Amino acid sequence: MKKLLLVLTIAFSASVMYAGGYRVGVQGHKQLAMGHTGVAVVTSAESAFFNPAGLVYLDGKLNVSLGAAAVLSNTSYQNREFGYTSEADNPVGTPFYAYGSYKITDWLSAGIAVYTPYGSRVEWPTDWEGSHLVNNIELSAIFVQPTISIKLSDKLSVGGGPIYVTGAVNFNRNLSRSLTDEEGNRSNVTIDASGINAWGYTVGAMFRPTENINLGFNYRSKIDMNVERGDGTADFENLPGALAPGFADGDFTASLPLPAELTFGASFKPSDKWLIAFDYTRTFWDAYESLDVQFFNAAGLSRNPRNYKNSSIYKIGAQYDATQKVTVRAGFYFDESPIRDGFFAPETPRPDSVNFTAGFSYNLNSRWAIDASVLYVHSNEIENSYDYFVEAGQRTSFGGEYKSNALVAGIGVSYKL
Amino acid sequence: MKNNIKYLAVLALGLFACEPEFDNPIEENGTYTSGSADFSTYVAVGNSLTAGFMDGTVFRSGQQNSFPNIMAEKFAFAGGGTFTQPSYEDDVNDAGGFLLGGNPLPGFDTRLVIDASQGGPENLNVASTVEVSNLQATAYNNMGVPGAKSFHLGAPGYGNIANLAVGAANPYFVRHATSPNVTVIEDATSLNPTFFTLWIGNNDILSFATSGGTGVDQTGNPNVLSYGFNDITDPGVFAFTYQGLVDALTANGAKGVVATLPDVTSIPYFTTVPYNPIPMDAQTAAFANGAYAQYNGGLQLAAANGLITAAEVAQRTIQFSAGQNAVVIVDEDLTPLTALGIPSYRMATVDDLLILPSSAFIGTLADPTNPASVNGVGVPLADNWVLTATEVQMVRTARTAYNNAIVSIAAANDLAVADMAVKLEELVSGLRTTDGQIYTNNYFDGSSNAISTTVFSLDGVHPNARGYAIVADEFIRVINEKYGADVPRVTAGYYPGVTVVPTN
Repeated sequence: MKKLLLVLTIAFSASVMYAGGYRVGVQGHKQLAMGHTGVAVVTSAESAFFNPAGLVYLDGKLNVSLGAAAVLSNTSYQNREFGYTSEADNPVGTPFYAYGSYKITDWLSAGIAVYTPYGSRVEWPTDWEGSHLVNNIELSAIFVQPTISIKLSDKLSVGGGPIYVTGAVNFNRNLSRSLTDEEGNRSNVTIDASGINAWGYTVGAMFRPTENINLGFNYRSKIDMNVERGDGTADFENLPGALAPGFADGDFTASLPLPAELTFGASFKPSDKWLIAFDYTRTFWDAYESLDVQFFNAAGLSRNPRNYKNSSIYKIGAQYDATQKVTVRAGFYFDESPIRDGFFAPETPRPDSVNFTAGFSYNLNSRWAIDASVLYVHSNEIENSYDYFVEAGQRTSFGGEYKSNALVAGIGVSYKL
Repeated sequence: MKNNIKYLAVLALGLFACEPEFDNPIEENGTYTSGSADFSTYVAVGNSLTAGFMDGTVFRSGQQNSFPNIMAEKFAFAGGGTFTQPSYEDDVNDAGGFLLGGNPLPGFDTRLVIDASQGGPENLNVASTVEVSNLQATAYNNMGVPGAKSFHLGAPGYGNIANLAVGAANPYFVRHATSPNVTVIEDATSLNPTFFTLWIGNNDILSFATSGGTGVDQTGNPNVLSYGFNDITDPGVFAFTYQGLVDALTANGAKGVVATLPDVTSIPYFTTVPYNPIPMDAQTAAFANGAYAQYNGGLQLAAANGLITAAEVAQRTIQFSAGQNAVVIVDEDLTPLTALGIPSYRMATVDDLLILPSSAFIGTLADPTNPASVNGVGVPLADNWVLTATEVQMVRTARTAYNNAIVSIAAANDLAVADMAVKLEELVSGLRTTDGQIYTNNYFDGSSNAISTTVFSLDGVHPNARGYAIVADEFIRVINEKYGADVPRVTAGYYPGVTVVPTN
């Protein structure tokens, strides 16, 4: 198990995007297939993420779920007034999860969860019209969460645990809209840091008023990822000779919040074969006020206001036990963008989206099952701009029309003893 | 089931194979239009401003940002064809300047750069590799010839290398004239333009202005062969010539846009050095005043004899005081008092324009052994350093006459007018582009802000690439308006500004 985790960590250390902001909602194929609901669902070890309180109600002594997905995402940009077109052809992202839960006694389960709820991978053509804001960015964060789940009664349980996060960032942009070296190559900076660590926590509760109705609540705390001096490198390239001495490579400090998330929801079983779930998630994106990067050379402090607003996700999903062997699932969710007008920066080009999910589990035997899901993320095209790039003391605007879509497809296994 | 999965997979791939498509993708044909214009063969006729001249020369990478070349890139969205410019392939050092017969051609130095170790503009310290006698004999879409006055465009022999020695030819045109005695306008019209820009006339007044008004105002004299290089062209000659150029360009029904001529006060060459650049303390002022006591006394004597008015006495009296002081200049428009041995001196006023090169001259010693010979104080500035208020008025009068001719000829021929006089005037108070940036006509001041916002090149007269982008954008705006065209606009902020080198 430990070895497997290690392999996963290495293989998938570049995790990824989709969902409002830089949130990546791929935390279990069973639940993703049901519209990423799950706070009031007790089906598998995926509850370790969706609501740790649910683990103690799982059947069996040991429950394990492992899975990974491929995220294919694209964003198109155009500006009619100036005739600009561009396309972010983003590298494939690979979020993953590994959950295990062990029932110690009837009222106590302990587990471990490893997952990747935040990340972003956006790659615009180098030196495109918005290159002073971003050429490419890659954010990843792996959450490791020891978990306990306690049954207070047959109707009420609580659960939770600390979260250890290890994250990485790599971000390149041009220094300004026009600065080049003597050969005309655009001056740019890459910041890179990995092994950034931080702590947070998750808590949940589950209430089962009847056999067929579950209510759930889960809160995951905000986690600030702080890059301290010496943690990373800032690499300045293509400065003209006269300016290069002022822009020596060095380190930087920065802070990126992984916002808190509050989810509550319900599930009920209209019949033996059906399960229907509703979740509402509030993400406290207002923590993301500004992306400030402090350099220790002539570049100084780079202030990039974000001013995100809190946003909601409305989710619905269903599963149907089609045969002894096959369970099919489908879902839908609406994901509100946390980005205000005038703050639409192309490094996180995420408008409101409607999301369609589907998937199935195939039971190989009483212990093993294969889980698969697909997700299609659709956004309407939007016209928006980022109005806070400061050039020579003046705020300048970069805008146009954006359109994004993403497809996520993944497979996993679950085991029950 | 298996089949279903296969089907699902194909469906999924199909969904994804299509990149996010806009409802109205601008890459689709028909998004941009030329309206009633036809950009298939665009020819730009003019002078240095059309040629992409900046930092004192035309150099290979700078020429890529000539305003016609920027416009042609945008015309390509709306039916524009290929756009050719005189070849600078031989400019291997990307430095501009000229050689003639392998030797540097005087007056045609390499481009200006800021030498960070010295803090000021210098000619890039490499050899020019651009050989004038390497004749291209090709008519190009960009027919901007640096230095050309209006009447030069129709002057036979202006591209004849044999005429260089007698000053009757222009090395820029020599390089690409299709034959020794062809005219610029003949080469331009030989391309059968469907669309043209014409921006000419700046040099008809500008060489007078940049010389500090050392030339002659030839208003009323139609004989251009008698003109000196720094003279002001007769507005009658200008109007007649301009009509001829427009007639030639529109002979085949081409549409186009003409541009007006900006005022000297829009150009940093005339606005950077203040009239009062000399700081003094009380003691120095007293010392400097002492040297003019005799002159000031002479003025009183002349007034007492009725030779000059009291007002002229006040105008000519030299008086320094603690603080910033105006320079002393020679003004040939003052009443001559040479009979009394009194020279024509006065202190500059805010209406006099000191030319950019004077900044390196004022304050130096005319006689290194004599500390009282400070240029601009003890030694008055000669005529060539200053465009006096009277000379500014001469330039303005001619410019107004030229612009009136341009506008009325355009109206008679139903051509668009790009009012560059007004556009560049906006730089004086600050020109705000739609992205929110504000540009001014300030000369590069060495600040990091200026690296992103300066729009004039280091010669102080010509825009840099960023400035030409503003010019191109204004031309396009006017074209879209006049011809009902829809050509994409230009973002000046993406274009480069000054070149700074560590050492030179």
